[in-house]
Amino acid sequence: MSVDEPTVRKIARLARIGIADDDVAPLAGELSAILGWIEQLGEVDTAGVAPMTAVIPNHLAWRVDQVTDGDVQAKVLANAPDATSGFFAVPKVIE
Amino acid sequence: MTALTDLTIAGMKAGLAARDFSAVELTDAHLAAMEAARGLNAFIVETPDIARAQAAAADAALARGDARPLAGIPLGIKDLFCTEGVQTTAGSKILQGFIPQYESTVSGKLLADGAVMLGKLNMDEFAMGSSNETSAYGRVISPWKAGDSNRELVPGGSSGGSASAVAARIAAGATGTDTGGSIRQPAAFVGISGIKPTYGRCSRWGVVAFASSLDQAGPMARSVADCALMLTSMCGYDAKDSTSLNVPVPDFAAGLTGDMRGRRIGIPREYRLDGMDPTIIALWEQGIAWMKDAGAEIVEVSLPHTKYALPAYYIIAPAEASSNLARYDGVRYGLRVTPPGGNLADMYSATRAAGFGTEVKRRIMIGTYVLSAGFYDAYYTQAQKVRTLIARDFERAWEQCDLLLTPTAPSAAFAFGDKADPLEMYLNDVFTVPSSLAGLPAMSVPAGLSADGLPLGLQIIGRPLDEAGVLDAGLAIERAAGFTARPGR
Repeated sequence: MSVDEPTVRKIARLARIGIADDDVAPLAGELSAILGWIEQLGEVDTAGVAPMTAVIPNHLAWRVDQVTDGDVQAKVLANAPDATSGFFAVPKVIE
Repeated sequence: MTALTDLTIAGMKAGLAARDFSAVELTDAHLAAMEAARGLNAFIVETPDIARAQAAAADAALARGDARPLAGIPLGIKDLFCTEGVQTTAGSKILQGFIPQYESTVSGKLLADGAVMLGKLNMDEFAMGSSNETSAYGRVISPWKAGDSNRELVPGGSSGGSASAVAARIAAGATGTDTGGSIRQPAAFVGISGIKPTYGRCSRWGVVAFASSLDQAGPMARSVADCALMLTSMCGYDAKDSTSLNVPVPDFAAGLTGDMRGRRIGIPREYRLDGMDPTIIALWEQGIAWMKDAGAEIVEVSLPHTKYALPAYYIIAPAEASSNLARYDGVRYGLRVTPPGGNLADMYSATRAAGFGTEVKRRIMIGTYVLSAGFYDAYYTQAQKVRTLIARDFERAWEQCDLLLTPTAPSAAFAFGDKADPLEMYLNDVFTVPSSLAGLPAMSVPAGLSADGLPLGLQIIGRPLDEAGVLDAGLAIERAAGFTARPGR
């Protein structure tokens, strides 16, 4: 699978990673090489094989439906780049 | 008298119990070693004040007679583990200055057992790398040199700071994490031991996530017995990790015998690659001979889907990473970059462009691509089906044998920049990735030296939850190999 430049821009947008124009072509080459190598998986016959969901058989544990944590607003906000009046602050969303 | 920093953890425990030295003296010796070896860049943060306070507490516990199993043992903690009040970055610029408000379960268990934290160990960014060249805080250098060469060598990755610090006698042991070989490959590169337990043995709570279905914590130390001591403290059920296994944890150190009589050791024929380094083949054959001498029966086995493990891994791990790393958006913690006049979406992409390094961006983009509409089934679902087949290969092998013996890595440590092509770097994990995909316990033990005097490791893989069997085989190799080589600096 060859990844072209529009595809690189699309993936970068989906991943919310800004990329410089100069980086698009080299990334297209790198991703094409990696995905080309990965494509050998297509030759494995997986008819009737279930995709793995849990590597070691386990079951989700039940617990009592009660609050076990909370009232830690200062801790939650301690690492925020911008915290205002007890909230996370972000640039304007609505024009 | 042996220098305090040369002792094994078992030796330190004996010396502390006999009052040959105090925990504060032991910690001070390691802090001095840490300072002297700063050139290796093994630590991102040094925590000497915390270490001395913990050592004093250990001395008090020793005096009272209620010391815990790791009282006073100086350890390094990989920077992937959240440590309350101490910066945790996962080797990434995007988490620079992040101060966790809580302690990861695994590091908390080690500290509760009396361990002393020397500092936070450098690593490949978000544990993505096999050479420690992707850290945003500078590369970690191995204390080893090849022959007469003066070239600096990689310590392996991603737990490269852990490997370098333990090999250079800065820390008695260290925590590592292993997603596709990140404990075993660096352990092999620097001549120490390291074990990745069964997936679910160690809680992932508070460990910065890379690929959640693969990530497992484990110990790295200078002997198999030391790994066993640390592993007992690190394992255990944790309700805060939904994949944590609720099974009893044996006292791994107490149960260690090294007895191989009656054990069947499988040798997977697919691990013998075309054009493989003859030194690695010779070491593997030596390992087989040691196992026979120790009383084991050798069985050739087949793991037919081995060659598909790496490509499956490079779909599954990036897919999970692209999802896990979506949380770094500049809102709740970490770096924020807002372009002048930019809106929220501009902030997201500028923050992630500036905060993530090249390899992390590459993997997020691969993951995003394989999970995107139209490609999901062809890539991700197919990879998870192949993963089922790889796990089934191992299940079939366990009908014929109890443990598997393989080389840990296809080469000895290489120099910085030698594997500039990402694909070539990925291939270094060829022997460690299959057991990661199957969630199996696996360990690397130093077994010999390359032609130019660099450490080489052998890997033992076990059945689910058979860490005890893996450690026994590791001890058998350790005894037979008599590996005493140590790095020059």
